[in-house]
Amino acid sequence: MEPRPRSFYALTAFFIGFVIFLYGPTVTIGILSFQGPEGGLTFPMRGVSLHWFRDLFEQQAVGDIWGSFSRSLTLGLMVMITTVVVSVMGGLAFRKRFAGSSVVFYLIITSLVIPSILISLGVGLIWSQSGLPVHWSSSGFGAQLTWTLPFGLLIMFAVFNRFDQSYEEAARDLGASPWQVVRHVVLPIIAPSLIGVALFGFTLSYDEFARTLLTAGSYNTLPLEIFGMTTNVTTPVLFALGTLTTVFSLLVIGVFLAVAWIMNRSRARRGSDAGQGLI
Amino acid sequence: MLRNNSVIGWLLAAPLSLVLVVFLVLPIVMIVVVSFWGATEWSIYPAFQFDNYEFLLTSDVTYRVFLNTFKYALITWVFTLLIGFTVAYYLAFHIRSLTWQIALFLLCTIPFLTSNIIRMISWIPFLGRNGIANSTLISMGVIDEPLEWLLFSDFSVILAFVHLYTLFMVVPIFNTMMRIDKSLIEAAADAGASGWQTLRHVIIPLTKPGIMIGTIFVVALVMGDFITVRFMSGSQSANVGRMIQNDIGLLQYPSASATAVILLFTVLLLIGTLLRFVDIRKEL
Repeated sequence: MEPRPRSFYALTAFFIGFVIFLYGPTVTIGILSFQGPEGGLTFPMRGVSLHWFRDLFEQQAVGDIWGSFSRSLTLGLMVMITTVVVSVMGGLAFRKRFAGSSVVFYLIITSLVIPSILISLGVGLIWSQSGLPVHWSSSGFGAQLTWTLPFGLLIMFAVFNRFDQSYEEAARDLGASPWQVVRHVVLPIIAPSLIGVALFGFTLSYDEFARTLLTAGSYNTLPLEIFGMTTNVTTPVLFALGTLTTVFSLLVIGVFLAVAWIMNRSRARRGSDAGQGLI
Repeated sequence: MLRNNSVIGWLLAAPLSLVLVVFLVLPIVMIVVVSFWGATEWSIYPAFQFDNYEFLLTSDVTYRVFLNTFKYALITWVFTLLIGFTVAYYLAFHIRSLTWQIALFLLCTIPFLTSNIIRMISWIPFLGRNGIANSTLISMGVIDEPLEWLLFSDFSVILAFVHLYTLFMVVPIFNTMMRIDKSLIEAAADAGASGWQTLRHVIIPLTKPGIMIGTIFVVALVMGDFITVRFMSGSQSANVGRMIQNDIGLLQYPSASATAVILLFTVLLLIGTLLRFVDIRKEL
């Protein structure tokens, strides 16, 4: 191997700095959430305790965080499933070049770049003017889809751009119906990417704030609850909550990555029978 | 066969189109309609008047706030581009094994999947009056008094933007760089180009589509933001999103809608211009 150029070491230092910049603040509040009962929002640590975590489990200390957590979780799962199904169907649709596909494509881009507050305001206005009560599972759900679907579809476009169509041709030559081709050839091949779509769908929904602001109604989702707390809570309990939700997000990400990794491995094992002595 | 294809295509695209129509197109239409309505202190009523626009377009505040929004977008763009390009360049050309590339890329991506609000909150212990930055600088003897402009200022707003959105530069630029044929770089080296010359004349031109996509993301996110500016400036600075949110808080929906229409128009014009330089579907 060639020796590393000098720029490599400078860039490595830069990259390490970037990673510290990305993670440093989060790690800091992770540490500070273990403040002693007398401690404040910054260093020094006045003892180490689980005081602020205990505070979270006492209903009267803060708002309805456990209710909002379970709502965010439910909503996240709803958005995740819908995003996967609709993105796969949309991705398949775009391979057919149907009439009007470019209009739909530009709508997807618009959905991605539109300032979130417009979705919040517009959906909120439609609901209030038609006399419907805004609720996280109806208006909030739809508003979040405008954020998760573009990501899901962009991933699907990327996947199908790299998709080798000769697999489908082979299946068709063997007499598979269009549905069988999708079910037994296309879906298994794109399955690992669907893990990615699901991960985006869930986490983007779970953390979504701006598009849910005016569309969630009187029952807050977790990010709305946390934002409410920032204006009136000035103790490390805020950090404890932040640490818990971040740990939860990291666990979710870890599970999805592990599933994707296992799927890839088992496929690599089953994919080829070379050297197995089968004739 | 082609007809049949089109029908199946339509059926497959139907759920997507339904969501986009109900939760994107109709809300935009609604905002445009309401922007012509009138408002009293506690209610709004249908009308067709240009009062909201007239008030906006003749007010000094509007122009100042729009200018401030552009300022945030421009400064954030410069920093995210410089940092994002450097990180992507490092990952794509200096890391030699694919496993390491994927691992380090994931390391950069994970924060994007955690809560933005928490990531903003987590700057408080750093930047506060008695925060880590001030106490470190004081103990090093660089300053005597704590710096007041670290938190709740334009500085902290832009710092948070860069912190939250650099990823949107890293991902598309890295994606484009990974597709550059490595033999082009060898050819440049064989032809006697220095590292800088290769970067300047080969890599940067070939990375332009990725830079464009990253720019679209960052510009759209910063232009449409209201929460970062509100939180990190301690409500002391304004951008267009904050202006809309203020009107919403006062139940002045028609005026909020008029501002929203102008903002949407501005953003779409900007993004539309950027889209002329890149074919997104080809780049994915």
